[in-house]
Amino acid sequence: MANYLLQRLAGTIPVLLLISLLVFLLIHAAPGDPTLLLLGEETNTAEVAKAKERWGLDQPLYVQYWRFLKSAAAGDFGKSFKYAEPVLNVIKTRLPATIELAFCAIMIATLLAIPLGVWAGARPNSWIDNLGTTFGLFGISMPSFWLAIMLILLLAGVLNILPTSGRSTYGIAGPEQTGFYILDSIMQSNWRAVWDALTHLFLPALALGVNMLGILMRVTRSAILEVMNEDFIRTARAKGLRENNVVWRHVSRNALIPVITVVGLELGTLLSGSIIVETVFAWPGGGSLLITALNARDYPLVTGLVMTYTLAFVMINLIIDGLYAVVDPRIRY
Amino acid sequence: MQSLTLESATEKSATPAKGTARLHVKAFTGAVIVIAFILIGIFGPLVAPHDPNKQELTAMMKAPQGVGALNVLGTDNLGRDIFSRVIHGARVSLLIAFAVVFVSGFIGVSLGAISGYFGGKVDFLIQKLVEVVWAFPPLLLGITIMAFLGQGLFNLILALVAQRWIPYCRVVRGQTLSLRGRDFVTAAQCLGASKRQIILRHIIPNLIQTSLVIGTFAMASSIIAEASLSFLGVGVPPEIPTWGTMLADARIYISTAWWLPLFPGMCIFITVLGINLLGDGLRDLLDPRLKRTGSGI
Repeated sequence: MANYLLQRLAGTIPVLLLISLLVFLLIHAAPGDPTLLLLGEETNTAEVAKAKERWGLDQPLYVQYWRFLKSAAAGDFGKSFKYAEPVLNVIKTRLPATIELAFCAIMIATLLAIPLGVWAGARPNSWIDNLGTTFGLFGISMPSFWLAIMLILLLAGVLNILPTSGRSTYGIAGPEQTGFYILDSIMQSNWRAVWDALTHLFLPALALGVNMLGILMRVTRSAILEVMNEDFIRTARAKGLRENNVVWRHVSRNALIPVITVVGLELGTLLSGSIIVETVFAWPGGGSLLITALNARDYPLVTGLVMTYTLAFVMINLIIDGLYAVVDPRIRY
Repeated sequence: MQSLTLESATEKSATPAKGTARLHVKAFTGAVIVIAFILIGIFGPLVAPHDPNKQELTAMMKAPQGVGALNVLGTDNLGRDIFSRVIHGARVSLLIAFAVVFVSGFIGVSLGAISGYFGGKVDFLIQKLVEVVWAFPPLLLGITIMAFLGQGLFNLILALVAQRWIPYCRVVRGQTLSLRGRDFVTAAQCLGASKRQIILRHIIPNLIQTSLVIGTFAMASSIIAEASLSFLGVGVPPEIPTWGTMLADARIYISTAWWLPLFPGMCIFITVLGINLLGDGLRDLLDPRLKRTGSGI
């Protein structure tokens, strides 16, 4: 097991190298001279040449890539143009917000989708199945950012019961410790701040989670349907187990593998979705930072964020692979 | 991944007649919605009451006036007619989605068939490429490409194709691996057919049904992805009306004008719902083995 995971970890290195090459080439494919972009139009050739030398832009492409790679491996993506701070520092202050949001979205999705999927799959063609299937179909067809806008319109605009932007009301939260507002507030026993953070979190997490909810529900349902036809389920029933016991102890546990696979695959979609949802709700996470960086043509920051997100995605998939063995003891690497 | 392509038992456990009828209703509803939107995309602009880009500053922010009125679905912040813009948006959104599906299908099926049929080094290289491109969170690659290459229809299609060929490639490779050993391929080899002939005339025709199913889901995801990119301001140029750009324009007026985000979003939702219904139906009819991969694509 440990061996297998180490092997997989080593296997991600060439992938990450190629990704960095792709990102590097994309930056250089961008139209326009970055020096002119940075220095402004009114510069003379001597200044441009000097700036090029300073940033290493006068070197051949492979030398530039090698330098980029060396500093990237050390976690150094240069200074952000916009924030005039090392890129990694800027990203660090924003990531907890994204993680908090993604975690809650996953919670909403799995806690609703799995029971609903199991329920629907255990009684094919019943009303609960029809309701669940329709719900699943709506979930996968709903663009998360439109749902976000509609939620704002309805719950905040018309009913005015939930906040629609940011992570907290100014002045309620205590000093930052971990950057995770809910965790911080719980540690400080500041229950008003916990509630405040939760109300801010609910709408974005819901908008982000609905898509995954739909997919998970559909996958759970069909996984359950498949296991229901197995011989050992007939045996379980034949020995007189209650239907609830059969479904939750015998069927569900065996249907978990494809569900976990899909959770892993969908995490990537969730990360991408968070970019948009964060923008709609002015959520100060990595996603809205990326859009700000794009609009400001802050290339070091964009590169740093793309590499961070990709690394996170690759690592998540690795962890999911490890989880298989935990869920299904028959799997041995 | 392989565990995802197991055969499902949905229809086995349902009563067959009821299950099939329901399947047809689903596929039929989906087909009607999709065809309706395609017709709107083709003929809509001919009958649209207004020029989608014409600004009428005296008629700004009019609420929907209902059927028969001048601005059926109201006007936006520049006085442009929402109804006409939604219709023109259908054309652009669907055109982009079709282009993406065909180009990525062509690339994915070709590479998948080559990868599966030849194996060895070619297979290794193609699969490494798949692994690298797939390591990007979806949409992020699109955003990155658009950010560095700039807005525009061609770049947008490129950015969307960049990842959408992968599902075709993966599934087709798997199927080609199993087709390669079948008797009719051996027979063709014995008759002296070239590798190119075998792939083009014997392997690829057997992959069309599966590709069709993957294509419908790729279409749904392309529409959402195009809207997302345009919404973020890195998709089509702002002067082209699409559902995504309309939503982007509507964002700052959410609290004052509910009709601005409602209608374009509704169009995206209904179109994608129709495509998913059609895809579900097609998949169950043509290729039940794809049961679980489809929705995730």
